[in-house]
Amino acid sequence: MMEKMIFGRYIPGDSIIHHMDPRSKLIFVFAYICIVFLANNLVTYGILTMFTVLIMLVSKVSIRFFLNGLKPILWLVVFTFFLQVFFNRQGDLLYHYAFIRIYSEGIRQGIFISLRFLLLIFLTSLLTLTTTPISLTDGIESLLNLLKKVKFPVHELALMMSISLRFIPTLMDETEKIMKAQMARGANFSSGSLKERMKAVIPLLIPLFVSSFKRAEELATAMEARGYQGGEGRTKYRLLIWKAADTLSLCLLALITILLAVFRT
Amino acid sequence: MTEGTKAVIAIDQVSFRYPEQESYALQNISFQIYEGEWMAIVGHNGSGKSTLAKLLNGLQFPETGDITVDGMKLSEETVWEIRRKVGMVFQNPDNQFVGTTVQDDVAFGLENHGVPRDVMVRRVHEALEHVRMSAFLDQEPHHLSGGQKQRVAIAGIIALQPRVIILDEATSMLDPVGRREVLETIRKLKNEAGLTVISITHDLDEASQADRMVVMNQGKVYKEGLPRDIFQMDETLTKLGLDIPFPIKMAKALEAKGFHFPNIYLTDEELVDALWTLHLNK
Repeated sequence: MMEKMIFGRYIPGDSIIHHMDPRSKLIFVFAYICIVFLANNLVTYGILTMFTVLIMLVSKVSIRFFLNGLKPILWLVVFTFFLQVFFNRQGDLLYHYAFIRIYSEGIRQGIFISLRFLLLIFLTSLLTLTTTPISLTDGIESLLNLLKKVKFPVHELALMMSISLRFIPTLMDETEKIMKAQMARGANFSSGSLKERMKAVIPLLIPLFVSSFKRAEELATAMEARGYQGGEGRTKYRLLIWKAADTLSLCLLALITILLAVFRT
Repeated sequence: MTEGTKAVIAIDQVSFRYPEQESYALQNISFQIYEGEWMAIVGHNGSGKSTLAKLLNGLQFPETGDITVDGMKLSEETVWEIRRKVGMVFQNPDNQFVGTTVQDDVAFGLENHGVPRDVMVRRVHEALEHVRMSAFLDQEPHHLSGGQKQRVAIAGIIALQPRVIILDEATSMLDPVGRREVLETIRKLKNEAGLTVISITHDLDEASQADRMVVMNQGKVYKEGLPRDIFQMDETLTKLGLDIPFPIKMAKALEAKGFHFPNIYLTDEELVDALWTLHLNK
């Protein structure tokens, strides 16, 4: 079941990007999402595309994984493209047939907006493809640390995230086991009307919930027995190290932002 | 071997019942566990042995009576200090694995106690070395077998350098190979570090290898003594819902056929030795 999951999948590798600090990667992606919207002409989109392709190459991740990440969102990209093409009424009229009018500006905008989508998807997939979920959690925790001042439960959030991540495969296995056990007793998960199928899920969901509660209780006991008293007075085993590559990447980002600001119209 | 040595854990007239329950889960329990011994606590399901384990670690507090660990009386104030001295390995290897990888899990307890990072790294590696899991540092739990997960759980405990390890049916969900591995690991650690081991178990072979045994029945201590003496009272044990180890059963069956054994044999080797000398004597 794990193989089908594309979202949040990590591909082990040995590139500079793999070894970067998750904090810099998170800041980078967040800022990048913002500056993508600065681009509004051929030059600025050109800069962004070149830059994105460049980091994709540096990451040494096979293009196949990026395309996989694109699949579920592809229809949205195509949809927005055609929306622009058919309904944008600016620029020169290129084609006219019955009620369909296609304008040059429509095609231009359509291409730009689809490109914007693609760039965003590629870069965010690059983040999850090159960063382990646990270091992402660490990065988020460390970046959210500022929020501690306003009583935001940063440690609790991070702990919940890491425990959830750790239990995903365990619960997947269990789901499969319960499913097979119910199938052995005559449950049918793969045919029938929508209503029948929804009903069939109940004998799967309820045992899964009950066992999750039991797991949670046992885990809490085990954690307490090992001295867990909350976030106060804890030290951390995993260490985030800010390296030269991280500073460099943020400098690069600043450079791109300036370029975009200069060349946009 | 144990009389006269120092008691690590003293249980004095302890009674306990779960909230909103009429009957007591434990009633007037008193016994001592001595430094460096292997104590087995046996009993049928619901005899109160797991409750007792939770009391020793301060996961529950007794209603009456006192528990003293290493000179410290268990109370709300001392409970964290006591948990540091008493490590616990639970039954389900999956549900006590907190970390996302092996090394994170071993470090979890150390993190909780605020151990500095450099010390932590050293202790994590040492602990994993001890349980022979060093090759699995970055492995995720779902890639490990049950026995391997339990060994990581043990590493997580020994990294804290406790005085006492409680095994709360820690081998009951493992296959025979995993069970043997885990027990061998613990035995090795016990001998090397002078740990005290309290093992709560259904496994009679495990119990018969202990230094001392406590038999629990319906929340009370039924009998306390050497495994040799306890397994001698075979019918009474069967009545309590317990079994007896295979070598004793075998010897009984042979005695019914007219053979005579001078001693009680707890292990296969002892019985085999007895059998072949018996043959020589004829």
